[in-house]
Amino acid sequence: MIQSFKMALKSIAGNKLRSVLTMLGIIIGVMALVILVSLVNGTTKSVTDAVNSLGTNLLTVTISDNKNQPIRTSDLSLWMQEETIGLIAPSSEKQATGKYDGNTGTIQVYGTTPSYYEIQELNLLLGRFIKTTDLDNNTAICIINEAAAQNLIGYTDCIGVELSLNGMKYTVVGVLEDDEDSLTSMFGSDSYVAYIPYTSLVRLSTSVTNEITSFYVSAAGAYTVDDAQGTITNILMERFLQDEDAFTVSSQDALEDTMSSITSILTILLGGIAGISLIVGGIGIMNIMLVTVTERTREIGIRKAVGASRSAILQQFLIEAVVLCMMGCMIGIFLSWCVLKAITIIVSDLSVSFTMNGWVVFAAVVFCFFIGVVFGLYPANKAAKMKPIDALHYGG
Amino acid sequence: MIEMHNVMKTYQIGSEAVHALNRANMHIKQGEFVSIIGPSGSGKSTLMNIIGCLDIADSGTYKLDGIPIEQYSENELAKVRNKKIGFVFQSFNLIPKLTAEENVELPLIYQGLKKTERMERVRNALERVGLTNRSYHYPTELSGGQQQRVAIARAIVTEPSLILADEPTGNLDSKTSLEIMEIFHELHRQGNTIVLITHDDSVADQASRKIHIRDGVVTEVSR
Repeated sequence: MIQSFKMALKSIAGNKLRSVLTMLGIIIGVMALVILVSLVNGTTKSVTDAVNSLGTNLLTVTISDNKNQPIRTSDLSLWMQEETIGLIAPSSEKQATGKYDGNTGTIQVYGTTPSYYEIQELNLLLGRFIKTTDLDNNTAICIINEAAAQNLIGYTDCIGVELSLNGMKYTVVGVLEDDEDSLTSMFGSDSYVAYIPYTSLVRLSTSVTNEITSFYVSAAGAYTVDDAQGTITNILMERFLQDEDAFTVSSQDALEDTMSSITSILTILLGGIAGISLIVGGIGIMNIMLVTVTERTREIGIRKAVGASRSAILQQFLIEAVVLCMMGCMIGIFLSWCVLKAITIIVSDLSVSFTMNGWVVFAAVVFCFFIGVVFGLYPANKAAKMKPIDALHYGG
Repeated sequence: MIEMHNVMKTYQIGSEAVHALNRANMHIKQGEFVSIIGPSGSGKSTLMNIIGCLDIADSGTYKLDGIPIEQYSENELAKVRNKKIGFVFQSFNLIPKLTAEENVELPLIYQGLKKTERMERVRNALERVGLTNRSYHYPTELSGGQQQRVAIARAIVTEPSLILADEPTGNLDSKTSLEIMEIFHELHRQGNTIVLITHDDSVADQASRKIHIRDGVVTEVSR
């Protein structure tokens, strides 16, 4: 066995260029497999983290049919009294054109209440958020994000500046810190956002009315999201005459479940494609092994004449194929590691880390081994079955 | 040692059946130096293949060391070739990628011997053919005579019951041929059984017994 291993190494080393070219198929296949799967895994992890950082104790409620019983801010305040419910904040949004001193930009305007700040775990850089009095008096104030302050107004310290949204003037009272890790910053970091009192948005937009169609709910400290979900569902069922199609209550868990099912499909898909390229590499190995067997017919004859049994010849060529495969596999894994390191460094500001997954490496090694055996078996068997006299007299 | 009785071997060439061996009978005793002589196409090679267990007769019996060969499987034949027979070929048949030493070692590897024992026997065999100082050379770096000596060393390293040489001097000049034949004589003196196949009378005459083969018919030639 050890002897066959040595012979295999010798034969591979004896024909370096051919061996490397043959291994290339396996190397590329392994790289495709390991890199693609690791990339998907890395992305999945960072996206899941981002989703989690949005707050897992958050429920999103959307009303699709209010049955002439529209929900108003006063209803939300009432429901906030429930034991299991922490905070409730309405949220409507509208795109508006922001203008300041000749600068123009599209701003995503959110109309909401003071609770929104805490529910969404926002961070103020300067100034204040919406207050209850702003809501009552529908004051023309806004809180903008850092990107909007820097790019639209020109400087961060812009409290008191009057920003025009669709022609109506709003006084900036606060600037929010941009969260580097958040999902929104990952998928478009320079978008402009402004928060204004819900009642002010009603005035700004024709489509938004006092009838709230979507709001966020958080669970009270001692309760889980499931408890809060139960409570809010019961309240809404009662209000909308037991019609469960009139509204939807969704949690982050549902989003996570969807995400993980998407990414696992992606992993299987990409892994499958990479697996096909590995099989193609295996066919290359089989091809070369067939050539090798023909080339070494005389050697096989000599070995048989001096007493090599069928199984000894089979073993020799099979081990050669497997060693070739495994060497390609190891080189492929090493190169994948280098590529993943490089990618991690290149996208380091995205805080996504692409590490090699242990089980992908394991799967690649096992897969390569089987490819070596499967595609090595036929040529090795062909060699083993040669008759010693025919093999000895081959080519003179 | 070798007992052949009514051995037949027929090849089908096109529509014609060629009797390569036709009721061949032959007895070779332990320690004999026998030459088998015949022109090309006489069935020499077939005879050698059957004696060497590289091929099996169609009919008749062949006993090597008292053991009938016919019923052997391919693996058993490989074992017989490995332990009982040492081959020396006209074209040397060394593996070009292996050194002289590794070529001689080959049959011992298939016997599954330990490295230390293999090395000792390889050294011993190379010494007997006078090639100790060429151990690490590759076949291409050796002259024809030296290559044939490596081949002889490979044949004797297993201490076989029978050394089977097929035209061992066929590819060598007359001076080197003499040297190689001297090695065979020496091996004979040491008690080895040698069967030498040739078409060259001067080589055949050096053996203690001559067997003639023509058109597949084996006949004893008295001296």
